[in-house]
Amino acid sequence: MVPDSPSGPIRVLIAKPGLDGHDRGAKVVARALRDAGMEVIYAGLRQTPEEIVESAVEEDVDLIGLSILSGAHMALIPRVLALLKRRKARRIRVFAGGIIPDEDAKRLSRLGVRAIFGPGASLDDIVAAARRLARPGRT
Amino acid sequence: MTRGGTAALPPEARAVLAGDRAALARLITRTENDDPTVDPILRALYPRTGRAAVVGLTGPLGVGKSSVLNRLVGHLRTEGVRVGVVAVDPSSPFSGGSILGDRIRLDRAAGDDGVFFRSMAARGHAGGVARATREVVRLLDAFGMQVVFVETVGSGQSDVEVHSVASTSVVIVVPHLGDEVQSMKAGLFEVADVFCVNKSDLPGADVAARYLTELAQLGAHGAAWVPRVVQTSATQGTGLPELWAAVRAHEDYLDAHDLRRSDERRRLSLEIQDLVRERVDRRLSEAWTRDPELRRLLDEVVARREDPHSAADRVVRRTGLRS
Repeated sequence: MVPDSPSGPIRVLIAKPGLDGHDRGAKVVARALRDAGMEVIYAGLRQTPEEIVESAVEEDVDLIGLSILSGAHMALIPRVLALLKRRKARRIRVFAGGIIPDEDAKRLSRLGVRAIFGPGASLDDIVAAARRLARPGRT
Repeated sequence: MTRGGTAALPPEARAVLAGDRAALARLITRTENDDPTVDPILRALYPRTGRAAVVGLTGPLGVGKSSVLNRLVGHLRTEGVRVGVVAVDPSSPFSGGSILGDRIRLDRAAGDDGVFFRSMAARGHAGGVARATREVVRLLDAFGMQVVFVETVGSGQSDVEVHSVASTSVVIVVPHLGDEVQSMKAGLFEVADVFCVNKSDLPGADVAARYLTELAQLGAHGAAWVPRVVQTSATQGTGLPELWAAVRAHEDYLDAHDLRRSDERRRLSLEIQDLVRERVDRRLSEAWTRDPELRRLLDEVVARREDPHSAADRVVRRTGLRS
């Protein structure tokens, strides 16, 4: 049992906001993060932004990974960011995956989403990004 | 809610007592991570704990522990009971990572702050719970939760540590566990205060319940408490009030027979011994890696000039583990 750091393993919440029911990608990412030594809270399908943020606060995660394939990303992701701000929990960083057009990705980045992965992203890249986002200043 | 003033307490303890959920969450993380700076905070909160009913939910993999748990949480919320949950899942022995999936079935009203749910990785601790579980239960207790559920890792027959955490232990099974149920007579069976036959919409539930009832009566040896057997179907939402009534009956039994204090005494005795063992362990590993004299002693054993038992006696004397 080698913890990621003296501050304990990286904790990540993986959730699917909104109504689409395709969680295969989210599960594959959750497994990859687990295999990288992280503690992954898998919140599952059909989560509201409110539920996601409350879960993230209770679980004291370092990161939230949102998977959206429904096209509702521009409604749901900014709401998660706003709620994190309201809960004074902006230290929790957000990354997203799914089918997100470049234009939207740019806007989401400006709003504070730290990384966005499309359908072709490699698991290694996602794991590396999660590490970097959760433990900035460490390589 | 609280005894005495809080002005003299560390700020983190005050925040927890004031109902700050984020502060509680942070403190749980630090406790899990063995951060030594939490010790004074936990010490300050300890006198304000011991009020919550701690209910353990255990049973083999796949019997529906999280589903039953989340139905119970829903049931208690309709009664206005404040509920804490610690849900333990295994850590990978290979990566140390973990998938904590017990929240999936949590169904909570929007904005309901009467529930605090925390997933916890076992982090290599055997026995069905994590090493920090007891301490985290106490934090939820100090936070004002009236009932704290501890959901264990899917358990094997001897994963009975929940018994050293909970005041009432519920063992959950499903129909057609058959011979496995029989083999649970020793171990898991012995810690059950309440049996829950979940998935009771499946055929065979009555047979399983009858079988458990017989086992419970056989095992009771004329004791005042005979474990109750309740049938539930978490997916259909049936049997949950009855399950909670059985848990309450056991809690009432503890009070009526003045057993709460002696049970708590037994659990604390185990906890203190565990903590001493950890300290001894730590001291031994430190000495083992640092003390050149112990390395020479090992050389002697390797060279067959000293035997392992005599060497162990010398290590004990040298490290001051025995006065």
